[in-house]
Amino acid sequence: MSHVAQGRGKGGFITAFLFAPLALYLTFVIWPYVQTFGYSFTNWTGQSPTFDFVGLENYSTLLKDDDFRGALGHNLLLLVFVPVVTILLALFFAFMVNAGGRSGAGGVQGVSGSRIYKIVYFFPQVLSLAILAVLFGAIYRSDEGGLLNGFLIKLGLIDPKHPVEWLNEPNFVLWCLLLVVVWHGVGFYLVLFSAAMQSVPKDIYEAALLDGAGRAQTFFKVTLPLLWDSVQTSAVYLGIAAMDMFVLVSTMTSGQFGGGPDHHSEVMSTVLMRNFLYFGKSGYACAMGVVMLVLTMILSVITLRATRRERIEF
Amino acid sequence: MTTVIKAPGEAAAERSGGPGRTKERDGRRSEGVVLNVFSHGFLVLWAIMIVLPLIWLALGAFKTDAQIGGSALSWPSNWHFDAFGRAWTKGIGGYFANTLIVLVFSVPLTMLFGSMAAYVLARYPFTGNRLVYYFFVSGAMFPVFLALVPLFFMVKRFDMLNTYQGLILVYVAYSMPFTVFFMHSFFRTLPTAIYEAAVIDGASDTRIFFQVMLPMAKPGLISVGIFNILGQWNQYILPAVLMQPQTSADPERYMLTQGLIQLQYQMGYETDLPVLFAGATIAIIPMLAVYLSFQRQIQAGLTSATLK
Repeated sequence: MSHVAQGRGKGGFITAFLFAPLALYLTFVIWPYVQTFGYSFTNWTGQSPTFDFVGLENYSTLLKDDDFRGALGHNLLLLVFVPVVTILLALFFAFMVNAGGRSGAGGVQGVSGSRIYKIVYFFPQVLSLAILAVLFGAIYRSDEGGLLNGFLIKLGLIDPKHPVEWLNEPNFVLWCLLLVVVWHGVGFYLVLFSAAMQSVPKDIYEAALLDGAGRAQTFFKVTLPLLWDSVQTSAVYLGIAAMDMFVLVSTMTSGQFGGGPDHHSEVMSTVLMRNFLYFGKSGYACAMGVVMLVLTMILSVITLRATRRERIEF
Repeated sequence: MTTVIKAPGEAAAERSGGPGRTKERDGRRSEGVVLNVFSHGFLVLWAIMIVLPLIWLALGAFKTDAQIGGSALSWPSNWHFDAFGRAWTKGIGGYFANTLIVLVFSVPLTMLFGSMAAYVLARYPFTGNRLVYYFFVSGAMFPVFLALVPLFFMVKRFDMLNTYQGLILVYVAYSMPFTVFFMHSFFRTLPTAIYEAAVIDGASDTRIFFQVMLPMAKPGLISVGIFNILGQWNQYILPAVLMQPQTSADPERYMLTQGLIQLQYQMGYETDLPVLFAGATIAIIPMLAVYLSFQRQIQAGLTSATLK
């Protein structure tokens, strides 16, 4: 093949290689995303092929929808607690694993067996949310058969005749779900922060130690500032996860697509799915999707801005 | 939690840090020992909190229904595997097969399409290159929920609701952002000299891709491949919406995650909880096996993807 032919064939080659991936992606990802905006201005039921343009009606209904407003409140609550609790625990464990060991001749060391800890902690991350739902559904059982109740009864903290109905208790249900998310996520962020800590040159720690810094000081003055980028990224990821929550809420709590008891664990995604698949309000559900997108975007920007610091080069 | 870092020995060390250098040394050493005990204490506690529920779940498969409901801390009375057999025939076997059928096609297709797009975008400058790249990558930022309603009707229009091929195509499409993003950075690092050598040898662009570039990108392909296997195996929302029988004559083609939740509902009525525990254990075992064999790549792959 001559070089001229090669040059001419490039456009064809590029088109051929991009065609199938791009076509699939446009059809099943981009186009539905775009359509959501359009449908959100209609009263489409999803059943009938016809629908009317209703302008902003769905959005104004949304503002008055108590279920959705409650769900939004729960999402915001989770949005604060999921990242804060997960990141603090992960940072704590990461520091322990990487710098909690005896200080020997070589300065700060990780604890022995740090690799084992990382392997064990990370494992929940590869389990599907469906498995988590079954596992924690069993742990939170409302009778003595639940692992949590079983332990608390054994310790004499609760009356065996009246075990706690964890997932049916309006005040507990959201926190029970939060615990599942934290249990699932800590290991991943531990590994993430460990990787970041290990990329910090050892002599920075040693210099800090020689200067007489304690471990707490080393952590707050040296480690944390150097990890800030990863902490920031993690906050955004966890925030996005806290906006979703669909699988856990819909499978672990009572009600059609979850949200029970009496809407106390409702999140936006469960209200959306119920309106779409159960009430047949597709247009309305699309409006909820748009609100979720806008909120996610705003929150990502806020998180990135609020946590912005001077970048430290090393 | 962070207050724990201020262990007693450490506070002492901070105070003693002053006059004598030896004193300071001693302080620091005792600080190390105390801290070491502390770290291990907390680390072991969390490790137990991870492992214990999983072991407890597996043990549940060997209990009787009454034992499960009666007391959480009872020991199984028999060690027969019949609950596993029942779970398998009650549907887990079928769900397992369904998931395998979909993944056997969707993962290789994801890898092929993702690499093709990433390769062209990484190594061929053309107008709109950046635009197409950002187009692909931006998909990772939006919540799936945003697309769910129109996606359902899109798949319905193609008459592919509750079909394997429908789910395969959707899985491939939704795996594109991450795969393109990851492979793009990988193809960029491959040396240009090899490409030029192949051109001089008279190989076509297509041939260079399949016979030179793809084999060289093997480490990257393995990382993305594992990630896609995990992601698609664990997917719940997409099958929950797209894989529902459309008529009563339509067979159930539930995926494993979806089927597991289904089993949870069923067992609630039938009161055969050991089956549910066995089903969940069956679903965990392949993940455990994949994870233990590839944990290094999984941890490295996920971390690098997030940090970039």
